[in-house]
This record gives sequence, structure tokens and C-alpha cells, in this order.
Amino acid sequence: MKKPNKNPLLRTGVVTFSSSILAILVGLLLGFVILLITDSSQAADGFAVIVRGGFADGMYGIGQVLYFATPILLTGLSVGFAFKTGLFNIGASGQFILGAFAAVYVGIKWTWLPGGLHWITALAAAMVFGGLWGLLPGILKAYFNVHEVISSIMMNYIGMSLVNMLVKQTAGIYNQLQNQSYPVAQTANIPKWGLDKIFPYNSMNGGILIAVAFVLIIYVLLNKTTFGYELKACGYNPHASKYAGINSKRNIVLSMAIAGALSGIGGGLLYLAGSGKYISVVDSLAAEGFNGIPVALLGLSNPVGILFAALFIANITVGGFNLQLYGFVPEVINIITAAIIYFSAFALLFKSVITKLALRRSREEEEEKDTPPPEIPAPPKEENTRTGSGEGGGVQ
Amino acid sequence: MSGMQLLYFLAQQTMFFAIPLLIVALGGMFSERSGVVNIALEGIMIMGAFTSILFIYFTQDAVHGQLLLILAVLVAGASGLVFSLLHAYASINMKADQVISGTALNMMAPAVAIFAARMIRGVQQIPFINQFHIKSVPLLGKIPVVGPMLFQNAYITTYIGFGILVVSSVVLYKTRFGLRLRACGEHPQAADSVGINVYKIRYMGVMISGMLGGIGGLIFVIPTSTDFNASVAGYGFLALAVLIFGQWKPWRIFYSALFFGIMKTIASAYSSVPFMQDLPVSNEIYKMIPYIATLVVLAFSSKRSQAPKASGQPYNKSGN
Repeated sequence: MKKPNKNPLLRTGVVTFSSSILAILVGLLLGFVILLITDSSQAADGFAVIVRGGFADGMYGIGQVLYFATPILLTGLSVGFAFKTGLFNIGASGQFILGAFAAVYVGIKWTWLPGGLHWITALAAAMVFGGLWGLLPGILKAYFNVHEVISSIMMNYIGMSLVNMLVKQTAGIYNQLQNQSYPVAQTANIPKWGLDKIFPYNSMNGGILIAVAFVLIIYVLLNKTTFGYELKACGYNPHASKYAGINSKRNIVLSMAIAGALSGIGGGLLYLAGSGKYISVVDSLAAEGFNGIPVALLGLSNPVGILFAALFIANITVGGFNLQLYGFVPEVINIITAAIIYFSAFALLFKSVITKLALRRSREEEEEKDTPPPEIPAPPKEENTRTGSGEGGGVQ
Repeated sequence: MSGMQLLYFLAQQTMFFAIPLLIVALGGMFSERSGVVNIALEGIMIMGAFTSILFIYFTQDAVHGQLLLILAVLVAGASGLVFSLLHAYASINMKADQVISGTALNMMAPAVAIFAARMIRGVQQIPFINQFHIKSVPLLGKIPVVGPMLFQNAYITTYIGFGILVVSSVVLYKTRFGLRLRACGEHPQAADSVGINVYKIRYMGVMISGMLGGIGGLIFVIPTSTDFNASVAGYGFLALAVLIFGQWKPWRIFYSALFFGIMKTIASAYSSVPFMQDLPVSNEIYKMIPYIATLVVLAFSSKRSQAPKASGQPYNKSGN
């Protein structure tokens, strides 16, 4: 029987959560220092703009936050899901753009589909293509011992060039004048479901609801199904799960494919949003894929945590746009995000500090120090550390 | 172009791509053989290139030619080293997840480079005048065959790269430091038990990788561009692949860097090669070749990987 710890501050969930909050605070502080150095007179105002983010503009701003949160929520889920199963999916960028292409292709070409089915088919195509792009690093990892970080980085670049080529060479998709893809058919745009009435932001659409639906699906998959349990078991301890008769190779392949599919859906949702965003033929990796990493780390790889992390990152991103009014460069947001990840890597230290503080407050519980509550969903940070042992250590 | 000229041209091009890969992969080797996975090489390259190109931008009116380039190499190495301390601190003192810390640095570097460049210049590109190109090295350039391949249309950085290779190989295998470094990457507990300071050696490993990564960043940008745009086009990641393919050994790293250099040359110079230009293959395919080759090569070489055993595992002196 697991007995919840009497001191609420000592529960693993609370401790890891507060370590995330601490990382955010330190990251924001660093951002403030950078603003101070660049222009001390505007720093306080600028900092307020970052923190308020979309909330500065009421429902319009919140709509903006929801719009920006949608793709990174999916790529964050993708990275976080892979983390849970002991894999580091740094290839979300490639999977994202492959999904985007599939969605745009179906959205432009398959106009014979009836209205309600068109966007669903386009989104399903995005899912399949993203999944395929995740499948290959999974196979390479499971059967050829190639570390998934290296292979999925390569897949990012291959995907980028491949999509550039496909966009340019597929008749009817390439808008040569603008060097980008054409808009998809009206029926392929994701329905707005009245959200544009609540949030009067031009690009507002139902994508965020679909994204939240996937949060629930992944939550149920990981926490309520045998399959999810097996995947997590492989993440925590590949040797033990193998001993327990779990087919770890199959699980690696499947979880990379699922992670890829999630990123692919992210690409689909962004390019079917009807927001005037088209696939540009440029030699740069899709940023949404990489932004999934901080989202997953901040959200502690927990689907619900990832939802909040995506909203937070989207919020300060919107804050970054508004920051330009004060003469600052929006890239300061990227520095803050990077700093947050850097400090979230210190989770181990934060955790021990927080635990110590809490313990000092409750001396009578001193003896419980060495036996943290054995909750079944162990802290996700722990198994992130496993992922880290890869590269050299994991490859034998 | 005659056949020989074409060969010389391709050899020269290959050097432009292979040398930065070689230097950065050697940097990664020092870090990983000390036991710290350094996925931050991409970010370190960006940082090194950024500060040194900025240095060239500000001083190119006062200092000229090869002296400026050598000074810039020192700046690049120093800034890469300082930047890598963040990774060292996180992974050695804080026992942080090394992949996450590295990812953070990879995101940090371009953000800082763009932010600083826009604050200084208003735009994110930093232009520089390429006054470092050597048409023909005196005497050596006249040697038949080898001369045109290695000593014409070259940069002094190519020879710096070869120098680093020789020094790295000697340091790793012939010095006490090299032995200690390898011990810390294979079995830190054993190294500690004979009085080696594992933390110190690992710091040295990461710092050397930072220095070489920074230098590699500059050396990548100089021959291939006329401005720096906060990116080294994934070279840090390619260098990681070179490191794995080179099995963490200096001379094998050299050969695998050459292999990738040739792949990259095919990708970028195919339009100068008559028969390749005529092939009905789009330029995107050529761009994919280095990455596809990496995947194929890794698929065949990773099974019998000889990675340092303790690489990626934080070392806890008190033991637990």
C-alpha cells in the first residue's frame, strides 16, 4: 500500500513541480538582467510586458496565446511522450514539417472529399507522415543501436530538404512568386467552432481543442492502459522490462512512431489553421519542433503539465512580440526559454534543496528522508536522466 | 575544367568542410572520453563563430591578413571555452542530465547571437571581408599534385586543423593527462581510487571541447560565407556523427571527417562537376546526401560501438 506523505511539500509531484517553477523564476530573472543591461530605463516596463504576455490584450491576446500554444503543445507532447518511454525525440522538427506537407497536400489536392471529411483526412495524413518520420529513428535505435538523438537530427535535415523538394515539384502546390505553398481549400481548414467569437483574434481556430483532446488521449494511453505501462516500464528500466517479457525493441519503434505522429499533427494543425501561414521553401528547420523540447521539460513530460507549459511558453512568446514596442529584440524570449531549460536540468539540485527545506520544517518526519514515497508514476525527471545516459553510455 | 583541375577543386572544397568537422569532433572526443557527453557542440560553434566574427568586424580596419585570422581563432577558442563552462558546471557539479544541458546551450547560443547582433547592428547578420584566402602557399604550392590539392586556394586554418589532429593524438595517447582523461571516461571510480581528481579532469575535457568547438565554428564560417547569420548549419551535430563513426579515436575521426567532407562537397559543388550537373537530380537531393550517408554509416557502424563506458554518467565522489 502506498501511503501519501504527511507533509505535502515532500510529495514527489510537488517537489518536481516546484523545481519547474524555480527554473522559470531563475530564467525570467536572467531575462530581466539582460533587459537591464541593454536598456535600463525600459527594463521594468519590458519585463512586465513579457510576464503579462497575451493577458495584456484581453480576449484578443488570450486568443493569440492559444493559437501559438497549439503547435508547440503537440510537439511538446511528442517530446514528452518519448521522454516517458526513455527516448529523446529531438526530431520533432522534421516530423512536424513532414506532417505539415501531408496536410497541405491533401488540403490542396483532395478537394473531392466532402467538407467535414476534408480537414479530418488532411490531419490524418499529417499524423501518418509524421509517424513515418519518427518510425525510422525508432527502427534504427531498436535494431541498429543508432542513438535516436543523432538519427533524428539527421532526419530533421533530410525532412527539411525533402519537403522543400516536394513542395517545389508537386504541381498545383508551389506558389513560385512567393516561394511557398498555396493556401489549402476552404474545406480543409480546421473549423472554428465559434472560438473566433469568444476570442476575436483573426487566426483563432479549433486547433487548440483538438490539441487538448490529444493531451487527454496521451494521458489515458500512458496512465490507464497496459500498452502505456509497458512503454513507461521500458523507459524506467529497459533490462528489467525485458526480463519481465516486454518486447522492448517493438516498444521503442512504436513509441518513436507515436511521438512522430504527434509532431506531425502539430504541423497539420498549424498549416490547416487558415491563418495565412504557408510552407516556405527555405533552408531552416521548423522552430516549432525545437520549441517542443522546453515545453516537454517544463511540463515534466506529464501531458497535463505539458498543456500548462505550452500555454506559458506561448504567453511569453506573445510577450516577446509586444516587447518590440519598447525597442527590445524579441529573441530575448529565446534566451529566457533556453535558460529555463538549462536550470530545469538542475532539477536534481532543486529537488534536494526543496526537500531539505521541507524536512527542516517537519523534524518529526526526519526518518522518512531516506524513503521517498514509492508512487507508481515516479518523477519524470528521473527517467530524463536515463535518456541522458545515451550517446555514449547507452550505446554498447 | 580538366580532370585534374576538377580533382584539385574538389580536394580544396573537401578541406573547407572536413577541417571544421575534424576540429569539432576532436573537441567532442576530449569531452566524451573524459565522461561528459557534449551535445552542445552546435551551440559552442555558434558562440565561437559569433564572437570571433564580431571581433573581425570591429578590427578588420586596423589589423589585416593572417594575423587577424589567428587572433580571431584565439577569440573563438576562448569564447567557446567560456561558453562550455556552463555545460561543465551543469553536468559535473550539478550532475544534471547532460543531454538536456547541451540542448539548452544549443538553444541559448543562436538566441544570444541574434539578440546581440540585432542590438549592435540592427540586423542579425554580421558581415566580414574575407582577406584570409591564400592563393598559393610559397614553395609548397608548387609541388606537383599535392601542391594544388593542399596548398593552393587554402586557408591557414586548414594547417591549424592538421596541427590540432597531431597534438590531440599525442595528448590522448602519449601524455599522463591523456591517460587520466581516458581513465575518467572508462571507469571514474578506479581513476578516483588512485588519486585522480575526476571533476578536474572532466572540466579539462569539456573545456578543451569548448575551445575546439569555438575554433571549429569560426573555421566553418570563414571559407563558406561572407557574413555570419547565427547558424553553423547543423555542423555541430554532424561532428557528433563524425565522432561516433570515428569511434572516439583521433585518426579514425580524421578519416570519417574526410568522408563527410567529401559528401558535403558533393552536396554543395555538384553544379561545378559536369557529369553531376547533367544528372536529372534536384539540388535538394544533393543537400540530403550528407545526412542520408550519416544514417547509413551509423546503421552499419553502431553495432560494435566503442563508446567510453562512463560517458554521460555523472560522477558522484561521495559514491551512492
